[in-house]
Amino acid sequence: MISYLFLQNYWWFLISLLGGLLVFLLFVQGGNSIYPALARDEASRRMLINSTGRKWEFTFTTLVTFGGAFFASFPLFYSTSFGGAYWLWMLILLSFVLQAVSYEFQGHMGNILGRRGYRLLLQVNGFTGPLLLGVAVATFFTGADFTVNQLRLSIISNPVVSTWGSTWHGLEALANPWNLTLGLAVFFLSRVLALQYFINNVRDEQIEARARRRLWIETPLFLIFFLTFLGRLLTMSGQGVGHWNLVEIIPLKYLHNLLEQPFVLVLFVAGVVLVLWGTLRTLLSKTWRRGIWLSGTGTVLTVTAMLLLAGWNDTCYYPSLADTRSSLYLYNSCASAPTLQVMAIVSLLIPFVLAYIFYCWRAIDRKPITREEMESGKHVY
Amino acid sequence: MDVTLIDWSRAQFALTAMYHWLFVPLTLGLGVIMGIMETIYVVRGEDYWRRVTQFWMKVFGVNFAVGVATGLILEFEFGTNWSNYSWLVGDIFGAPLAIEGIVAFFMESTFIAVMYFGWNKVSRGFHLASTWLTTLGATLSAWWILVANAWMQYPVGTTFNPDTVRNEMASIGSFLQVAFSPMAVVKFCHTVSAGWLTGAVVVVGISAWYLLRHREERFARSSMLVGSIVGLVACGMVMLTGDSSGIMVGKAQPMKLAAFEGLYEGSEQAPFTIVGDIKIPGMLTVLATHKLHAFVPGINDILEGGYMLPDSTIALSAEEKMSRGAEALSTLRYYRHSRAAGRTQEAVVMKDELLKNLPYFGYGHIKDKQDLVPPVPIVFWAFRVMVGLGALFCLIFFLLIVMQWKKVPLTRWPLLLHTAFWCIPLVYVCSQAGWVCAEVGRQPWAIQDLLPVTAAASSLQTTSVRITFFIFLAIFTLLLIAELRILFRVVKKGPAIEE
Ligand code: HDD
Ligand code: HEM
Ligand code: HEM
Repeated sequence: MISYLFLQNYWWFLISLLGGLLVFLLFVQGGNSIYPALARDEASRRMLINSTGRKWEFTFTTLVTFGGAFFASFPLFYSTSFGGAYWLWMLILLSFVLQAVSYEFQGHMGNILGRRGYRLLLQVNGFTGPLLLGVAVATFFTGADFTVNQLRLSIISNPVVSTWGSTWHGLEALANPWNLTLGLAVFFLSRVLALQYFINNVRDEQIEARARRRLWIETPLFLIFFLTFLGRLLTMSGQGVGHWNLVEIIPLKYLHNLLEQPFVLVLFVAGVVLVLWGTLRTLLSKTWRRGIWLSGTGTVLTVTAMLLLAGWNDTCYYPSLADTRSSLYLYNSCASAPTLQVMAIVSLLIPFVLAYIFYCWRAIDRKPITREEMESGKHVY
Repeated sequence: MDVTLIDWSRAQFALTAMYHWLFVPLTLGLGVIMGIMETIYVVRGEDYWRRVTQFWMKVFGVNFAVGVATGLILEFEFGTNWSNYSWLVGDIFGAPLAIEGIVAFFMESTFIAVMYFGWNKVSRGFHLASTWLTTLGATLSAWWILVANAWMQYPVGTTFNPDTVRNEMASIGSFLQVAFSPMAVVKFCHTVSAGWLTGAVVVVGISAWYLLRHREERFARSSMLVGSIVGLVACGMVMLTGDSSGIMVGKAQPMKLAAFEGLYEGSEQAPFTIVGDIKIPGMLTVLATHKLHAFVPGINDILEGGYMLPDSTIALSAEEKMSRGAEALSTLRYYRHSRAAGRTQEAVVMKDELLKNLPYFGYGHIKDKQDLVPPVPIVFWAFRVMVGLGALFCLIFFLLIVMQWKKVPLTRWPLLLHTAFWCIPLVYVCSQAGWVCAEVGRQPWAIQDLLPVTAAASSLQTTSVRITFFIFLAIFTLLLIAELRILFRVVKKGPAIEE
C-alpha cells in the first residue's frame, strides 16, 4: 500500500506541476500585454490576437484545475488563503473573468464595449494576471499574517477556522518588495515566452522582426528580477517542521532544500538552462523559430522545482507570520488518506489528457497564422 | 458570526450561481443539438447541414464564453467566501471539483478549439468527434459539480474525524458512495434534461421567429424539426426525473418538501395544492412516496417531532436536536482537551459520546428553531412556476411535433409560433426557479444537518463582500447585456444560407 506520506508529497508534486504549466501558459497574457508594440496595423493586431486566442482556454482551465486540485488535496490552504487573502485572489479572478469573454466578444456586432474596449481588457489581464499570480506565489516563501485553529469551529458565537491579521485581506502582499520582485519576474517571463511563441506561430516578416528586437528588451528585464528573487530565496531563512511537528525558523532553508534534494536540483538547473538556451538561441539567430518549445519546457521545469522547494523536505509552504504554530505544511494541511488515494487514481488520467491536448494543438497549429487566413472569413476574432 | 456578513456572502453566492446558470443550460442543450446536426451533415454529406450547424455554433460560442467566465468565480468562492465550509468538508467536496477540472474542463476546452478552428484542418470524422467531445465534456462537468451539490443536500459517505475537526472520506468505497449517490444521479438527470429542454426551446423559438417573418424558411424548418424532437424527449425526461427528485427530497430533506407544498400540518393522505385552495386530495402522499397511504410530515410536525419515521423510530423535536447538537460541540471541545492533556481514557469516553450526537452536529449552531424553516413562500411559488411552465413546454412541443408529422404548414398557426418564441425567456425562468427550489428550500443548511450557512462563511469585513457583490453584479450584468445584444444581431442577420 502506498503510504500517506508518499501521497502528500506526490500531490504536492502535482500541484507544483500544475503551477509550472500555468506559468508557461501565461504566455497568452504576455502576448496580450505586448502585442500593441509588435503591430502597426489592424491586420497584424488581428494575427497576434488570434494566435493567443486559440490557446487562452488552456491557461484558463489550468488555473481552474490548479484551484480545484489544491482544494481537494490541501483543503486547509484553500480555505485559509482564498478566504484570507480575499482581495488579492478576487483581483486575479476578476482580471481572468474579463479576459474570458474578450476574445469571443470583440469581433461581434453589438458588443457594447467595442473592439477596442475588449482589447483593453485583454491588456489589463495581460499585465495584472501574471503580476498578481507571481505575487501570490511569492507568499509561499515570504508568508502571510494568519492564524488557524480548527477547534474554533465548535464555538457557537463565532465559528471561524482561519483568521487573517491584515484588514487589507491580501493587498498587503503587494507592499512586500520581494513579492513584487517575483511578480515582475513572472510578468516579464510571460512576455519573453509570448515573443517566442509569436515567432513560432505567426508567419509574418514584420511581426517576426519586431518580436526578435523586442526580445532584447524583455529578456534582460526578466533576468534581473528573476535572479534578484533567486538570490533572495537562496539566502533567506524559512520555516521547517522539526521533531514533534514543531515549526522552527531555519536559516538558508531553501538553499538546504535545493542541495538536499538532488532531484529538485537537477529539475531546477535543467529548467533554467532550457529557458536560457531557447531564449538566447532565438536572440542570436534570424531564422530559428523553435525557441518556445525549449523555453516553455524550461519554464515548466523551473517553476515546478521552485514550488517543490516550497513544500517538500519538511518545509512550511505557507508560513504564518503571526504564529508559526499556524503555518501550513504538507502534513497538517492535506486531505485524508482515502481522498488522496482516490485523487492519485484520478491523476493517472493526466498523461492521457496531456496527450490529447498535444495532439489537438498540433492539429490546429500545423499551419501557422497568416494574413490570408485572417481575411478568409472563417472563425476569427 | 455577523448576520449581515452571512447574508452578503449568501447574496454573492446566489448571484454568481444564478448568473452561471443562465449560460450553462444552453451550453448543455445546444451542444447536443449541434452534435445531431453535424452528424446529419457527415452522414448525408450535404453542405447545407454544415452551414446550419455552423450558425448554431456561433450562438454556442458567445454563450460559452460567459459560462466559463462566471464559472471561474464560483469555483473559487468556496474558498474566498465559505472558508469554514471548505475546511469542514473540503476533504470530500474538493475531490469532485478537482476531478471536474481534470476530466471535464480540459476535454471541453481542448475540443472546442478543434470545433471552431479545425473545419479545414482536420478530417470530417475528427471534427464531428470534437463537437461531440465538447458536449460530452460539458455534460461530464455537470455530473461532477452536481455530485458536489447533491452531497450537500444528502451527505453520504462521510465520517467526522474529531482529531482534525472535519468530515472525511473513510475509504475509497465512500468516494464511490459520494460519486454515485442516488441524489446525484437524480439531480444529474433532471438538471441535464432541463439543459436539453433549454437548448430545444431556444432553437425552436428562434426558428419560429424566422418562420413568422418568412425568412430563412428552409433553415428554420430543419432546425425546428431537430429542436422539437430533442425538446419532446427532454420534456418527458424532465417530468420523470422531476418526479424522482420529489421522492429523493421527501427522503432526504422532509423540511424542503413541506416547504414546496406550504404544508404545515402533515397527514396520511396529504393533498397537493395547485394554487390557493385548489387541492388534489391525497396527491402529495402519492407524489412524495409513491404510496396511497403514508405519513408526510408538515413543517410543524418536523419542528415538534413525535411522529413515526420510515425506519420506525420516533422523530425528535427541534429542541431535542438542538440540544444534542450543542452537546456534540461541547464534547468535541472536551475530547480535544483530554487528548491534549494526555488523558486517553477520558478521550475515548468523550469520543463515544460525540459519535452518539454526531447526526445533530449542525443543530448545535442553530439558535432559534424557527431558523430551521426555509422561506416558504419563495419555495412554494418557485416550485409552481417550474412545474407549471414545464407542463406548458410539453404541450408546445407535442403540438409542434404533431403538426410537423401531419405536414401542416406551421405558418398557418402564428399563435403557436408566437408562443414558441416567448417560451425562450420562460425556460430560463423555469430552470432558475428549479434551483431556487433546491437551494432556498434547503436553508438554513449549507450541508444538510451538518453545517448551517451561519457557520460556513469566511471571516471577512461585511464591506468587502458587499463591494465584491456589486462588482460582480455590475460585470455580470454588463456581460449579459453584451451577450444578448450580440445574439440578437447574430439572429437578425441570420445564417444567410441561399435557398
Ligand atoms: C449542470 C451543470 C452545471 C452546474 C450546476 C454548474 N456548472 Fe459550471 N459549468 C458547466 C456546468 C455546470 C458547463 C456546462 O460545463 C460550463 C458552462 C459553460 C461552459 O463553458 O462550461 C461550466 C463552466 C464552469 C467553469 C469554467 C470552466 C472552464 O475553464 O472551461 C467553472 C470553473 C465552473 N463551471 C465551476 C462551477 C461551480 C464551482 C459550480 C457550482 C457552484 C458550477 N460550475 C455549477
Ligand atoms: C447553478 C445552479 C445553482 C443555482 C442557480 C443556485 C442558487 C442558489 C441560491 C439562490 C442560493 C441562495 C439561497 C439563500 O441564500 O436563500 C444558493 C445557495 C448555495 N448554493 Fe446554490 N445554486 C446552484 C448550484 C449550486 C451548486 C452546484 C452548488 C455546489 C456545488 C451550490 C452551493 C451552494 C451553497 C454552498 C449555498 C449556500 C450559500 C447560500 O446560502 O447562499 N449551489 N444557491
Ligand atoms: C414538470 C415537472 C417537474 C417536476 C415534478 C420537477 C421537480 C423538481 C424537484 C422536486 C426539484 C427539487 C430537487 C431538489 O431540491 O433536490 C427540482 C429541481 C430542479 N428543476 Fe424541476 N421539476 C419539473 C420540471 C422542470 C423543468 C421543466 C425544468 C427546466 C427547464 C426544471 C429544472 C429544474 C432545475 C434546474 C432544478 C434544480 C436542480 C435539481 O435540484 O435537480 N424542472 N425539480
